[in-house]
Amino acid sequence: MYKILLCLRYLKTRYIALACIISVTLGVMTMIVVNAVMAGFSSEMRERIHGILADVVVESTSVDGMPNAEQQMKVIEEAVGEHIEGMTATVEIYGMMSFQYAGQYITRPVTLIGIKPEGKAKVGPLVDYLDSYRAIRKDGVVVREPMRSLDEPPGWNLTEAAKQYRARWKAQARWHFEQMNGKPQNHGTPIESPKHPFEEQPVELPDLNTFQPDDSEEATAENKTGQFPLNAPGIPVDNFQPIEEMERKDNAARPEIKEATRTKQDEEFSAEELAGDPSEFSESDLARELEEDPLMQFSQPEPATLEDLDGPLDHRFYVGAGLIQYQYEDPHTGEVKTMQMVKPGDDIAISTVATGRPPEPVHFNGTVVDVFQSGMSEYDANLIFCNLEQLQQARGMIDPQTGQGAITAVQIKLRNYEHAEEVVKRLRAAFPPGLISVRTWEQKQGPLLSAVEIERAILNVLLFLIITVAGFGILAIFYMIVVEKTRDIGILKALGASSRGVMAIFLSYGLALGIVGAGTGLVGGLLFVKYINQIEAGLTWLTGRKVFDETIYYFPEIPTHVEPWTVTWVAVGAMAIAVLASILPARRAAQFRPVEALRFDQ
Amino acid sequence: MSSTTSPQETISSPSQYALDNGVTSRLRNDNSQEAEFVKMTDPQVSTIALEKAYRKGQHKVPVLHGVNMSVQAGEFLSIVGQSGSGKSTLLHLMGLLDTPDVGEILFEGQRIDNLSTRTRDTLRNRVFGFIFQFYHLLPEMSVLENVLSPLMIRHGILEYWRRRRELQKQAKDMIAKVGLGHRLRHKPSELSGGEMQRAAIARALVAHPQVLLADEPTGNLDSRTGGEIIDLLNCLNEQQQLTIVMVTHDDLIAQRAHRTVRLDSGLIQPLDDAA
Repeated sequence: MYKILLCLRYLKTRYIALACIISVTLGVMTMIVVNAVMAGFSSEMRERIHGILADVVVESTSVDGMPNAEQQMKVIEEAVGEHIEGMTATVEIYGMMSFQYAGQYITRPVTLIGIKPEGKAKVGPLVDYLDSYRAIRKDGVVVREPMRSLDEPPGWNLTEAAKQYRARWKAQARWHFEQMNGKPQNHGTPIESPKHPFEEQPVELPDLNTFQPDDSEEATAENKTGQFPLNAPGIPVDNFQPIEEMERKDNAARPEIKEATRTKQDEEFSAEELAGDPSEFSESDLARELEEDPLMQFSQPEPATLEDLDGPLDHRFYVGAGLIQYQYEDPHTGEVKTMQMVKPGDDIAISTVATGRPPEPVHFNGTVVDVFQSGMSEYDANLIFCNLEQLQQARGMIDPQTGQGAITAVQIKLRNYEHAEEVVKRLRAAFPPGLISVRTWEQKQGPLLSAVEIERAILNVLLFLIITVAGFGILAIFYMIVVEKTRDIGILKALGASSRGVMAIFLSYGLALGIVGAGTGLVGGLLFVKYINQIEAGLTWLTGRKVFDETIYYFPEIPTHVEPWTVTWVAVGAMAIAVLASILPARRAAQFRPVEALRFDQ
Repeated sequence: MSSTTSPQETISSPSQYALDNGVTSRLRNDNSQEAEFVKMTDPQVSTIALEKAYRKGQHKVPVLHGVNMSVQAGEFLSIVGQSGSGKSTLLHLMGLLDTPDVGEILFEGQRIDNLSTRTRDTLRNRVFGFIFQFYHLLPEMSVLENVLSPLMIRHGILEYWRRRRELQKQAKDMIAKVGLGHRLRHKPSELSGGEMQRAAIARALVAHPQVLLADEPTGNLDSRTGGEIIDLLNCLNEQQQLTIVMVTHDDLIAQRAHRTVRLDSGLIQPLDDAA
């Protein structure tokens, strides 16, 4: 009893012990916060990787893929059907994306993934990553509501806003082209007539030559730069070779194009617009090229109406946000803004390789339907999703006899991910070795995931050293307290307390310090984690510097994930260290012979 | 119990000591020597040829050179001597606060200085009560808690908790007996020297010891307060037949005891028998 009483009294009256408590508290707090944030980051990252990769991926090792998707899927179904919740066939191929922005062509290497959106949505959270399904927030305020409801299955249709945007830039391009040519083109559509279908905008059209910054919500990058009034996606590749099956039938307008190109050679750029074609702006060298090789690529049949004419192309894309966005700092306000170079409704050009030996390059244009943002910059700056059939067609993957398309990968979602290893094993047995690789998403991203784990383990070791340092603090301070309390120890022994009892006083004192320190640290750490974003905002305000830059991490706020086991271990570890640190001083206290202790201050 | 009873066994029955008034104890231990019992010459505590030396660095400083001394039950003995004569050391040895280099300490005829640490701890708690010159109260505790501390040490947590009312009452009674009933909740730092010494006496007596060892109990007090403390000790000695061994350098104080021995250069010097 006296042990507890004394231990509590010492706790209350020795303010120096507060130093021990604080150091334990800080150590525990740091460990909890760092662990929570790291776990938050890593689970968020895993979720994102997982979302894109699906549970298990069966891949062909060759870019030509495996023929007959249905048959492959049947094999998979037979092998592991009972574990499968959903699967979808995909074509993955490297390629290049080009679009025109600010008067120049921007070309990026990409990975093209041909998907069926409804199938992809079954194996992973596709919809969550598409821009049109989520609200855009700025500083915590919703600046744009989601444009589609989450009930709507993902597809290749443009949203209303994208349709309007597309119609407008098409009309602008047409108008501009006519200005260049000095005469209106007549495709049976009275473009300059007051009955223009885009009546909300007609007044803007004449301004385009002299370009006024457009302050409407659709202010585009081009407008911003002030050089290039028209959003002008098109066929950007200089030495563009027409492709047989894509080549458009000759039409009456072609001589006019040639003429137009020729006459506008000295212009900064020349715009050409034909019914249903992507508008094409070429710089003078391109124009010369075109002159030498006047064939144009026309992927669209001639439309009958303006609606068709402005409609999206057959190839549709979800483009990774990182490919078409960049961040810049506003020179006036210093705030970081995102510039979107391509928006849904714009057209981009894709180059990739066809199947066959040797692989031939193929090119096609398509319309961006949506922007895809998973938060994994690796994916966002690399992936373009494309409609599967169109990609198969462009690459010549469709068997002319059977009409079955070849695929390069099958993504599988399992009912229960715990069975992944067994599924992988059985699938490996089901397919001929060498041609097919079967991996879980974790195996595909193995090095990255294990790197994160190792990082976390090392960090934990380092942080635990902090608590150990706190332990040495306890040791030193306890020695002091023991010396200070020598007389009391003597009194207790004179009254009959055993050495063990005296030792127990100091051990329980250490434990009490550990409990109080770890408890405060626990509560403090959990509170810190809970309000981490508010704290971050406060720090940002205080230092005037962004502590957590969401533009770097793509997280709207700091992700945290508190693992009860980690927290328990940290707290128990801190208490254990506090007790261990008090062993030496406690032993010393116990070893005092009563008379030595009593004589101490006489 | 026969004389072969080991000290551990004797101590393991606390009620025995609580009831002990010295006579029954002698009966139990020396029932074979009726004659001595009748003569009442059998000492309660005795030392045989005690030697003790302290080490100071390389040097060995001898303090006691073979002290033979005995205290009868119910006796109030004072030991006088100059500073450094070893009287405090002798008291500490008798109270098992220290171990002698040579010699034996007997309690009721049994050797106690060579017992195990545990048993010696228990003996200190149950048989001996200590009073020190500097009171040695625990500064973190109130008077009541200080007085309770020997009882807390004696009983385990659970037993203490079960009997806390009874024990607290016991402590409060004892505090009232030494005249500090109004100071229960005060910390030692809030008390005067005399009050602290009274609290220390209450603490020493609360566990019903058989022998009270007082080390210069008046050394830090003015003569009047010191006199009061001695009165209290005298009173306890008379009322409860408590054996008291008091060390002092003050001859006047020493005269209040039944018997005085002088310790000089580590040896007991015979005093005048009249003293």
